[in-house]
Amino acid sequence: MNPLRKAFENGPAFIPFVTAGDPSAEKTVAYVVALANAGADIVELGVPFSDPIADGPVIQAAGLRAFAGGITVERVFDIVAAIRQQTQVPLVFLTYANIPFKYGYERFCARCAKLRVAGLVIPDLPAEEAGELLPAASQNGVALIPLVSPTSGHRLAKLTVHADGFVYIVSALGVTGTRDGFAQNLDDLIADLRKVTDAPLCVGFGIHTPEQASAIAGQADGVIVGSAIVKLIADAPDDLAGLAEYAGAMANATHSGRGQA
Amino acid sequence: MTELKDIPETSETRFGDFGGQYVPETLMTELEKLTACFNEAEADPDFQAEFHRLLNEYANRPSLLYFAKRMTEDLGGAKIYLKREDLNHTGAHKINNVLGQVLLARRLGKTRLIAETGAGQHGVATATVAALFGMECEVFMGKEDTERQKLNVYRMELLGAKVTAVTSGQGLLKDAVNAALQDWAARPEDTYYVIGSAMGPAPYPAMVHAFQSVISTEAKQQLQTVEGRLPDAVVACVGGGSNAIGSFAAFIGDPSVRLIGVEAAGQGVDSGKTAATLEKGSAGIFHGMKSIFLQNGDGQIDKVYSISAGLDYPGVGPEHAALQASGRADYVGITDDEAVAAFEYIAKMEGIVAAIESCHAVAYVQKLAPTMRKDQIIICTLSGRGDKDVAQIASYKGVAL
Repeated sequence: MNPLRKAFENGPAFIPFVTAGDPSAEKTVAYVVALANAGADIVELGVPFSDPIADGPVIQAAGLRAFAGGITVERVFDIVAAIRQQTQVPLVFLTYANIPFKYGYERFCARCAKLRVAGLVIPDLPAEEAGELLPAASQNGVALIPLVSPTSGHRLAKLTVHADGFVYIVSALGVTGTRDGFAQNLDDLIADLRKVTDAPLCVGFGIHTPEQASAIAGQADGVIVGSAIVKLIADAPDDLAGLAEYAGAMANATHSGRGQA
Repeated sequence: MTELKDIPETSETRFGDFGGQYVPETLMTELEKLTACFNEAEADPDFQAEFHRLLNEYANRPSLLYFAKRMTEDLGGAKIYLKREDLNHTGAHKINNVLGQVLLARRLGKTRLIAETGAGQHGVATATVAALFGMECEVFMGKEDTERQKLNVYRMELLGAKVTAVTSGQGLLKDAVNAALQDWAARPEDTYYVIGSAMGPAPYPAMVHAFQSVISTEAKQQLQTVEGRLPDAVVACVGGGSNAIGSFAAFIGDPSVRLIGVEAAGQGVDSGKTAATLEKGSAGIFHGMKSIFLQNGDGQIDKVYSISAGLDYPGVGPEHAALQASGRADYVGITDDEAVAAFEYIAKMEGIVAAIESCHAVAYVQKLAPTMRKDQIIICTLSGRGDKDVAQIASYKGVAL
């Protein structure tokens, strides 16, 4: 079983996101450690890509700051190595297909395994094309996390057939970014997914308040928070206490249902 | 001589090793519907009849295959025929594909069209057909390109389209495609994305091939009528590659016909300021397709440069990548200076103001024709007319208008 599954053993998991190298390698290490200490069950680390078509302005800007700070794929792996000296929090990468393709799927997955990066979220690698990366990922024990969207409809079984980490439910159409409303059929989507997979179901895209986190945790197995965290970092890059406070509140809201089930 | 084994194998979504559907899950259901709709339409005589009626009655087809007598005499080699896509309604080949795709959009019940545009020709064609069918239209155009091609921005607005200037990245064609893909993912239910080049996720490259192949289907027949034979070479400019794939399509299975795509080398293939993707690029995954891209060792997409807003794209359609890999087609680069010289040459020699994109192909014909025998024949596609470029070329030449 993929190590990511352990993160869900006690109930809904809180999964914050940061962009590697935003604004510097050292800062990223500090943020991930702070998030882990504040109650993150998994941390999602963005490997910047020049043209992140699934990301909204907030995460696009984080990528630009990371490039300005000199981020490269090698430096992302260095960041993970430095994180690993301080915390064993489960990590997944979010990146775009060209990054592992260019690095070499086998070589990329082997590096991930060595640094205990347990999963990959790749928005532009749908089920139809995942077959080219899947052998390298499974041989190295790295989970390829499928994304499911409100438009997936009849495709749910096909999308989740290889899900061994978790399933990433995109809660709204369009790009990443904070939202106040989510797709109307989210409840139905979760119910339909439960029929075809026993993998944990995590919801992302737009979640930013503890109330939202608590509501989502009532139905799903995990809450993914990206843009809200990245925006905090952008507004106050040195305020580790502020980041920890926000992450702690979101983690508590996500975990509030634990033990009730 | 090309042998038939040089033709890349195709499947539902691939050309050789290239193509595929590398897009977010949100768009996959739309691509499934589009693929089914396109396959149905291809086999539907009513669809084909309506498409060809619009091509003939609205877009002014067939376009002329014109014997460029003075160019032929001046260059002193092969006979040069120009396939005059510049004479189409809206002034470029782009209308062929837009008419086909908008008919599909209507079959799918969509009410809103979006498009990316570089030089503005595809945006103008999409805005035009949106007006023809009374559909809502939004065109995404890089900020830099809106400055270079102000005339086309105004034309699109005149036709009732909303033009959105894209400020991310370099503000060029690539960034306009990013913005259009994002917009499509945000409201896929009512929106149809009219991709203008032979690129993007399947089935787009195959659709654009199908709708643009009218260029070479006509040219083949027209040349047969006047010369009773096939051409020896077909030359067309390549950005994403739509006019080139349309110009090649009917000749891909004719091994005696050389197929040559001409890319924008900008200030030179090795200058670092270039858009010569197939000469300098490597395999990658971007904009929904596996193809050849200008990128760094990490897979970050490079900045590109060309005087031509229609050719400065860091990728190329997957079928071109496959035709290059198989050896069936050759791809060469032409610099800004050479293209501008050809812009002036064809104006003075044949009385044709051709698009700066097309002048990349003309410039290569100027090099190629003298190396060929007088009994040989070149077809060069003039993909568009050059009115939109006059102000920019004047400024490039230091002429104040």
